[in-house]
Amino acid sequence: MALYSEKVMDHFRNPRNVGVIEDADGVGEVGNPVCGDIMKIYLKIDNETISDVKFETFGCGSAIASSSMATELIKGKPLSEALKLTNKAVTEALDGLPAHKLHCSVLAEEAIKAAVKDYYDKNGIAYDPKDFPDCDHCESCGV
Amino acid sequence: MNVYCDNAATTRMSKTAVEAMLPFLYDNFGNPSSLYSIGQRAKEALEAARADVATVINAKPGEIYFTSGGSEADNQAILSAAAQGEKKGKKHIISTAFEHHAVLHTLNALKKRGFEITLLDVHSDGVVTPEQVANAIREDTCLVTIMYANNEIGTIQPIKQIGEICRSKKVLFHTDAVQAAGHVPIDVEDLNVDMLSMSAHKFHGPKGTGALYARKGVILTSLINGGAQENRKRAGTENVAGIVSMAAALKEAAGQIGENGKKPISLRNRLIAGLGEIPYGELNGDADRRLPGNVSFCCEGIEGESLLLMLDDKGISASSGSACTSGSLDPSHVLLAIGRPHEVAHGSLRLTLDADTTEEEIDYVIASVKDVVSYLRNMSPLWRDLVNGKRQHVFAK
Repeated sequence: MALYSEKVMDHFRNPRNVGVIEDADGVGEVGNPVCGDIMKIYLKIDNETISDVKFETFGCGSAIASSSMATELIKGKPLSEALKLTNKAVTEALDGLPAHKLHCSVLAEEAIKAAVKDYYDKNGIAYDPKDFPDCDHCESCGV
Repeated sequence: MNVYCDNAATTRMSKTAVEAMLPFLYDNFGNPSSLYSIGQRAKEALEAARADVATVINAKPGEIYFTSGGSEADNQAILSAAAQGEKKGKKHIISTAFEHHAVLHTLNALKKRGFEITLLDVHSDGVVTPEQVANAIREDTCLVTIMYANNEIGTIQPIKQIGEICRSKKVLFHTDAVQAAGHVPIDVEDLNVDMLSMSAHKFHGPKGTGALYARKGVILTSLINGGAQENRKRAGTENVAGIVSMAAALKEAAGQIGENGKKPISLRNRLIAGLGEIPYGELNGDADRRLPGNVSFCCEGIEGESLLLMLDDKGISASSGSACTSGSLDPSHVLLAIGRPHEVAHGSLRLTLDADTTEEEIDYVIASVKDVVSYLRNMSPLWRDLVNGKRQHVFAK
């Protein structure tokens, strides 16, 4: 059996939404170089809807595939819906990830939440901090 | 184009090695311990193989013990020295921080049994010095075990000089020569080693076969109890086909060291020069004191697993010391041992050539690695930060 599903390999080989949005309304970055993965999500938001999304990722195959899939899942969606995106949904959409790679899907979920939070902060929009766990909550890296 | 660049992981068996093994799978299938003719023919082949292996490393046939591979040989060497040391109240062992896990994990097990382990630091050039060993030896040191050549970065250690020190201080010296055997000349007398491990599949022999050289007088502990095979030091019916094949492969590989040693070295240097053109990338370990086929690089701003997957799509088989490829959270202990920071160690690439690698293949590999590195850097937020000056580069250029 291959390490990754066909879906993961497809998103790794042909990642969707790679790049930068220069005038992004919200930017979220999670992970760190010591752990070996960093994800950065750029959001363009119109009427509380994600009109465009781009990502940059430093990381392994599943990190790139998870970011690609996550951006596909939230593109064109209202913010309220994007915030409900779970790492489980990303993993399922990729037809699964190896156990030691689930961390990558967690990063994707957190990167999106961080970008939405950034948008809320910049625009003075109130939110419940509990909805935005930061990287420290994840024990995957051990740093 | 398909280019296999992972010969340090394993090699394709040579035709000589395959042909050598075949008669012992079918016609001469006998058990060497049996007294009838087909058994005795197998026994003769086994002993001829032992003599051949001994000749290649300038040992005596009685000093060669066949094992299931390099890991078993390492385990047996270390545990044997520890058992003898323990009897004399000597429970200190010296090794290095960048040994293979077959050595490090065995030492860890001994640590739990009350042994004290000194792991020498490795310099940034990937070499330990004889002085470090001399300074670490104590009254209660029962073993020094230092690899001949490192499996990841290919650097060759000053085994002869370390052996001289150990001999003068009357401390047993073992070297894990799994990466070196069949690739560089080995003479156990000249090297002053007491024990040496090797593995057949690293020099175009079969997997599942290895050998431990133990100088006459070294008392081995049997790890597998049972019959009287291998002079009572390794029970179990001998893997005759594998052993015969291993001897043929070793003889062939050793005979080509002069000629082949040259070809991979010039190709290796071509590869090092080509990859050296990648900005903010650096060779791991000393450029000269390394195995003829080993190139190990670290690149800033990318991660090794994605690099390997993309190279695989281009037909290139390589390896990396990134955490993602090791299945753990930390990158390779070898790269950390030579002082590479985590973020750079994640971006490592090991390419190991053999004598059949061609210049055309090398040029294809260089072009492919350059393409993939620049593609991955283009989508890397870490690389963007390095370029924008938001983070500091690790390498000077």
